[in-house]
Amino acid sequence: MQQEVVLALLAKEPSQGYQLRTRLEEALGPLGEGLNAGHIYVTLGRLEKTGLVALEEPPPGGARRADRKVYHLTPAGQERVHEWLSEVSWPKPDLAEFHLKLVAAAQARLADPISMIDAQRRELLRRLRDAQRAAMEEPDHSGTALLAEGVVLRLQADLRWLEACERTWTGRKERS
Amino acid sequence: MTSTRPVLAVSGLCKTFGSGAALVRAVDGVDLDVTTGETVAIMGPSGCGKSTLLHLLGGLERPSGGTIDLAGRPVTGCSERALAHLRRREIGFVFEGFHLMDELTAIENVELPALLAGPSPRAARARARELLEQVGLAERVEFLPSALSGGQRQRVAIARALVNEPMIVLADEPTGNLDSSATVEVLRLFDALHESGQTLVIATHDQRVAATADRLVSMRDGAFVDETKMTGGSRGDLAKLLGLGGE
Repeated sequence: MQQEVVLALLAKEPSQGYQLRTRLEEALGPLGEGLNAGHIYVTLGRLEKTGLVALEEPPPGGARRADRKVYHLTPAGQERVHEWLSEVSWPKPDLAEFHLKLVAAAQARLADPISMIDAQRRELLRRLRDAQRAAMEEPDHSGTALLAEGVVLRLQADLRWLEACERTWTGRKERS
Repeated sequence: MTSTRPVLAVSGLCKTFGSGAALVRAVDGVDLDVTTGETVAIMGPSGCGKSTLLHLLGGLERPSGGTIDLAGRPVTGCSERALAHLRRREIGFVFEGFHLMDELTAIENVELPALLAGPSPRAARARARELLEQVGLAERVEFLPSALSGGQRQRVAIARALVNEPMIVLADEPTGNLDSSATVEVLRLFDALHESGQTLVIATHDQRVAATADRLVSMRDGAFVDETKMTGGSRGDLAKLLGLGGE
């Protein structure tokens, strides 16, 4: 799992490691159960070193206990989250990553998931256009045409999944 | 380069069916300008109103509200006779189910709208033959639709849509009935039409079709919700799309 996932889950509010873990488990359902809890703490430590998150000051007089550390995003961390939300991961799309982007963006009210899906769709359609151009220009049955066809089919599958994402998030919006 | 003169200008277009609690707003306040030579794709799930919109644009149905101007002339409010004339001369239709006459050969299907529009039978036949050659069916002009594949039938239908040199071609799910390779045949043809400067409006839920447009509008519940301008595109990008050549 990418460190940006942890970062984005922290965008909602300053949180402890276990709260991030709970958010992750809620977002992934049974799929989240297999996640190594320690990974989140290790990632938080790394993010702190690179200056993307920082520890909250403990309440006056209260001792800082290792398991009660509350983290928040630094300005650099916030910037990185915004960047990550708008990135498009193709040709190696990561479905879980995109799903978690939508969840984190919705929880922290950083962006409207439907707009993010639209933006993603625009990007994939541009790629589809390029691939299609290539497929149409190449002689039938050539190696290049075959590869272009593969790209076209994968993009179509990803675009169909975006339609499913849109249906789910439209439903959530209407219920909330 | 396309000019910026709108060949089609639509404002506040509405179409409702039924009334009271059963009122359906099939098209609900659509604004759309299409410039000469532009290809616009209207995308959306089935039932979103894109077919109804296309029927309104083509004068097959009358809107409940709003205006449509074709080349600066108001379409809404014109007489049934004027509308029929407009449909014949200035608008070409392509349908999902081809809508060819089964008992007529390919060339007879293509020349039929030309015969109705008035030129001599000889001129109509010549024009139909020329178009069938353009769509790659020179060898099949005398075939009945039943002897043609789906992709070939749709190419006949596209030739028919072009026979009167319409200002605009409206296509409703043109690849809905076609398999993947027939879809590519039709896409190549649309691409060639676009290159020749033909104005096209295509309603589709096929992303391959949508990706060939200059502009893509998404429709939900009768209204436009998103618009994408599709520019550029080159073959060199295929390497990047395949993940070749690193980051």
